[in-house]
Amino acid sequence: MATIYVDDRPYEVDPGKNLLEECLSRGLDLPYFCWHPALGSVGACRQCAVKQYRDENDQRGRIVMACMTPAMDGARISIRDKDAAQFRAGIIELLMSNHPHDCPVCDEGGECHLQDMTVMTGHNYRGYRFGKRTFRNQELGPFINHEMNRCITCYRCVRFYRDYADGKDLDAFASHNHVYFGRHEDGVLENEFSGNLVEVCPTGVFTDKTLKGHYTRKWDLQTAPSVCAHCSLGCNTIAGERYGQLRRILNRYNAEVNGYFLCDRGRFGYDFVNGDRRLRQPLLRGQPTGAPEALRRAAALLGRQSRIIGIGSPRASLEANFALRTLVGPRNFFSGMAAGEDHLVARMLRALRGARVRTPSLHEVESADAVFILGEDVTQTAPRLALAVRQAVKQAPRTEAMRLRIPRWDDAALREVMQQQKGPLYIATSGATKLDEVATASCRGAPDDVARLGFAVARALDDSAPEVAGLADGDRALAEAIAGALRAAERPVVISGSGSGGEAVIDAAAQVARALGRERTADLCFTAPECNSFGLGLLDAMNTSEAFQRVADGLVDAVVVLENDLYRRAPGAVVDAMLESAQVIAIDHSAHKTVEGAAVALPAGSFAETEGTLVSNEGRAQRFFQVFVPEGEVKPGWSWLMELAQAAGRNELATLASPDDLLAALARAVPVFAPLPEHLPTAAFRVNGEKVPRQSPRASGRTAVQADVTVHEPKPPADPDSPLAFSMEGYPQQPPSALITRFWAPGWNSVQSLNKFQSEVGGALTGGDPGVRLLEPGANGYAAYSEEIPVPFERRDGEFLVVPLYHIYGSEESSAAAPAVAERCPEPYAALNLEDARTLEVEEGALVEIEFDRALYRLPARLSAGMASGVIGVPMGIAVQGVDVPAWSPCRKV
Amino acid sequence: MLSMLRTIWTVFLHLFRRPVTVQYPEEKPYLPPRYRGRIILSRDPDGDERCVGCYLCSAACPVDCIALQAGEREDGRRYPEWFRINFSRCIFCGLCEEACPTYAIQLTPDFELCDFDRQSLVYEKKDLLIDGTGKYPGYNFYRVAGLAISGKDKGASENEDKPVDVKSLLP
Repeated sequence: MATIYVDDRPYEVDPGKNLLEECLSRGLDLPYFCWHPALGSVGACRQCAVKQYRDENDQRGRIVMACMTPAMDGARISIRDKDAAQFRAGIIELLMSNHPHDCPVCDEGGECHLQDMTVMTGHNYRGYRFGKRTFRNQELGPFINHEMNRCITCYRCVRFYRDYADGKDLDAFASHNHVYFGRHEDGVLENEFSGNLVEVCPTGVFTDKTLKGHYTRKWDLQTAPSVCAHCSLGCNTIAGERYGQLRRILNRYNAEVNGYFLCDRGRFGYDFVNGDRRLRQPLLRGQPTGAPEALRRAAALLGRQSRIIGIGSPRASLEANFALRTLVGPRNFFSGMAAGEDHLVARMLRALRGARVRTPSLHEVESADAVFILGEDVTQTAPRLALAVRQAVKQAPRTEAMRLRIPRWDDAALREVMQQQKGPLYIATSGATKLDEVATASCRGAPDDVARLGFAVARALDDSAPEVAGLADGDRALAEAIAGALRAAERPVVISGSGSGGEAVIDAAAQVARALGRERTADLCFTAPECNSFGLGLLDAMNTSEAFQRVADGLVDAVVVLENDLYRRAPGAVVDAMLESAQVIAIDHSAHKTVEGAAVALPAGSFAETEGTLVSNEGRAQRFFQVFVPEGEVKPGWSWLMELAQAAGRNELATLASPDDLLAALARAVPVFAPLPEHLPTAAFRVNGEKVPRQSPRASGRTAVQADVTVHEPKPPADPDSPLAFSMEGYPQQPPSALITRFWAPGWNSVQSLNKFQSEVGGALTGGDPGVRLLEPGANGYAAYSEEIPVPFERRDGEFLVVPLYHIYGSEESSAAAPAVAERCPEPYAALNLEDARTLEVEEGALVEIEFDRALYRLPARLSAGMASGVIGVPMGIAVQGVDVPAWSPCRKV
Repeated sequence: MLSMLRTIWTVFLHLFRRPVTVQYPEEKPYLPPRYRGRIILSRDPDGDERCVGCYLCSAACPVDCIALQAGEREDGRRYPEWFRINFSRCIFCGLCEEACPTYAIQLTPDFELCDFDRQSLVYEKKDLLIDGTGKYPGYNFYRVAGLAISGKDKGASENEDKPVDVKSLLP
């Protein structure tokens, strides 16, 4: 700790930080532009000028940039000093001399860092009489709108896009005051994290194009803390609503999870909530009906004497799943995951609950210094994790550079030393991945070969691990190299997941982690298929195939399907047969084939219309909150289940009335969930006796929005289920971190106000980051080495192994229904190795015929040098769904 | 006694004063153009809607009686898809007019807004939009703002230079 004096007041600071960070951490207002807590300092904008004095006798001082000056012990600075204040106002005036006078039509207006800083410095009138510089804009695809005139040349966009996210297609062009930030030509921004430009850009150059389609100012959005439901990472988001429509997703900082950034699927995949596929009223065999009639019909199916089963869903909340489990009884409850998926999740959880391995948070992955990825195309299945891996790759060279006594925040200097050096990252997958470009080495193989490499690495790390028989010399050398890198690292991470479809791959990753964890607990990170897969895995239910079997055996009268499209879990013929032989009650937010075929379909709320708890791939249980009250007869899944139980005269759910009750009952029924009720905020929670408002104090139109229907303003909807209120009234100050509905502080209207919510800049939120970790390394858990090492993959004549491929846009069910994301979905294809294509005499785009899992597919071939030999990759959710892969298939040219 | 007589005398004198009563509604008082009465939405000198849907009026409104939804036309102009003022709540404070960056929303000297039915005091965009420029004849936001719309390219606004040629390295 060091002491600095700001305007003659002493502050305890961390000498490893710079003055700007420390001033902001201490709650002092100092304007800045180019500095970003995750990107470091470059001293480009000259906005954070302060006066520094040599000692207490120094009266003159000198102007320094706070972001480029270390917070050294005894430093004396002044923010209020007249010269410094004038300097800052001058800089703003200069930046504003070309600003285009278009705040009224700018989507950033009202949450603009430039507006805030301009007001903060006091500049208010353009004194420059001459013309303004102008630029032409570019068309950057469905996510991002470009308005280059608003640029103040802080370089944050390219520093994020190129330096942080390793994007290639955004750059600074031209020179002097013509510097232009864009692509070399119009076109879609390719990087998966382009949406963060919206938050990184301090002005309105890059804005959210999906928001523009239904534009609302920040102060009018009704917002609630949410958790992204589009992959298993559980990134924290803020979802905003206006006029009954979900309008945008913003990042909600959580130092342990997503930090400052989200992926584009999470940010732009929300529009399915407003989509025309939404179910807004109950259906009877596809025909719309009223809720009482639907309940009556459903209740008739669920009578006391009827044999019912429940199929849950890994994309529904714990509360809804547990309500269904309670209604039908644990012995009749199925996880909703396909058999393959279920086994994968079970294996992952078994590894993580065992001794010697620990599941790291995303933040811990970021600070890893060696990474080994087995069988998972992280960029496509868990994009934000790929961004963390990209930071991990920079970790080792950065540590090396910091030996030259360059502080952590001095970004430009560190990069100068680091150049293109990369830390160890090894990838073994069946198809090429985007992370290959930063990998030390990446190798391709069928899932079994990938697993064998993993087992070989474990063996190289620890002699007591079982030997891999018949390993090629090249693979052995690679395994030695990987083992060496992992052993040398201070904080190695092994990453794997369900993406390869191979159980052996997961075992291999666990084996590596156990071998690494001989001396100390090793980090093992798994990606799960869906947002609550781990939650369902921990509920320990039977899988969906068993449900189908039970129906086929004639042991079931009625099936309740909760938020699940069974056609994505099993071959169509199997589901068709089930829909015919049993009465199905489907509860979901969108219409799909299962809903259409169900006897009764009930409209459930999406993530924005309900509240619930999800368990992320880290084993972190996080609560998301209802953002708005939906139109029509939409209700939360658990609420429908309670009404169903009541209508059918069943008393299983009679004592449970709210999600809090469900959570408490869950904690009692399943020990692993025991910590939930005390750590997650319950509905009874109040700050100073008040609820936390979802609306900003400046929310407008209260007496006009519904005036066309009636001038008698209705009472705002009550929310008995959460500590939040559908109102602008409530506790006006910062709520606890799990209940942050928006980032705003007086004078800080933009997302940069986040500084005011953190214990220190870039650190944990005040009061600790939200979420409860449910998986900690078990003391005496399962930790023995697996002996089940698969035999080497062997090609077959005329047959190929079909392996799953994933796409960030398209593979995930709900985000693919959002128009902006749908625009980015690829067409179906089958990926083949070049050599295999030559043997099959297939050219790029030619149709190939594959047949597996009782279905025939004709897909255009995509030739890829990155595919392993002897396998065919098919994009899941795009070309095929509901199939059990890897599977052998004949392959013919059509 | 004296006081009573003085009062009677004063009242008597008023018989010879000019009456101040205005015979409303037969006779209408003069109200200055800046009188704060019924709110209208004006058009710019070229006849297009001035409102760009920036939401500042609705934010400024102390009784929250203005609601709208911004949209974008094909020519690039922002406009309100719908615009509603609930005059049964309006207090005619004029803050919306003060907040309006495009002179679109203006208060007029028309104060005759009585009705038996509150519901008919809810004005939609069709009731609010007039065909003229109102009090500010010359102003056209899009001639000043740096946003390109069809018919006005980048660099064509007031006080703007021609768009930069990004590929040029000349000073």
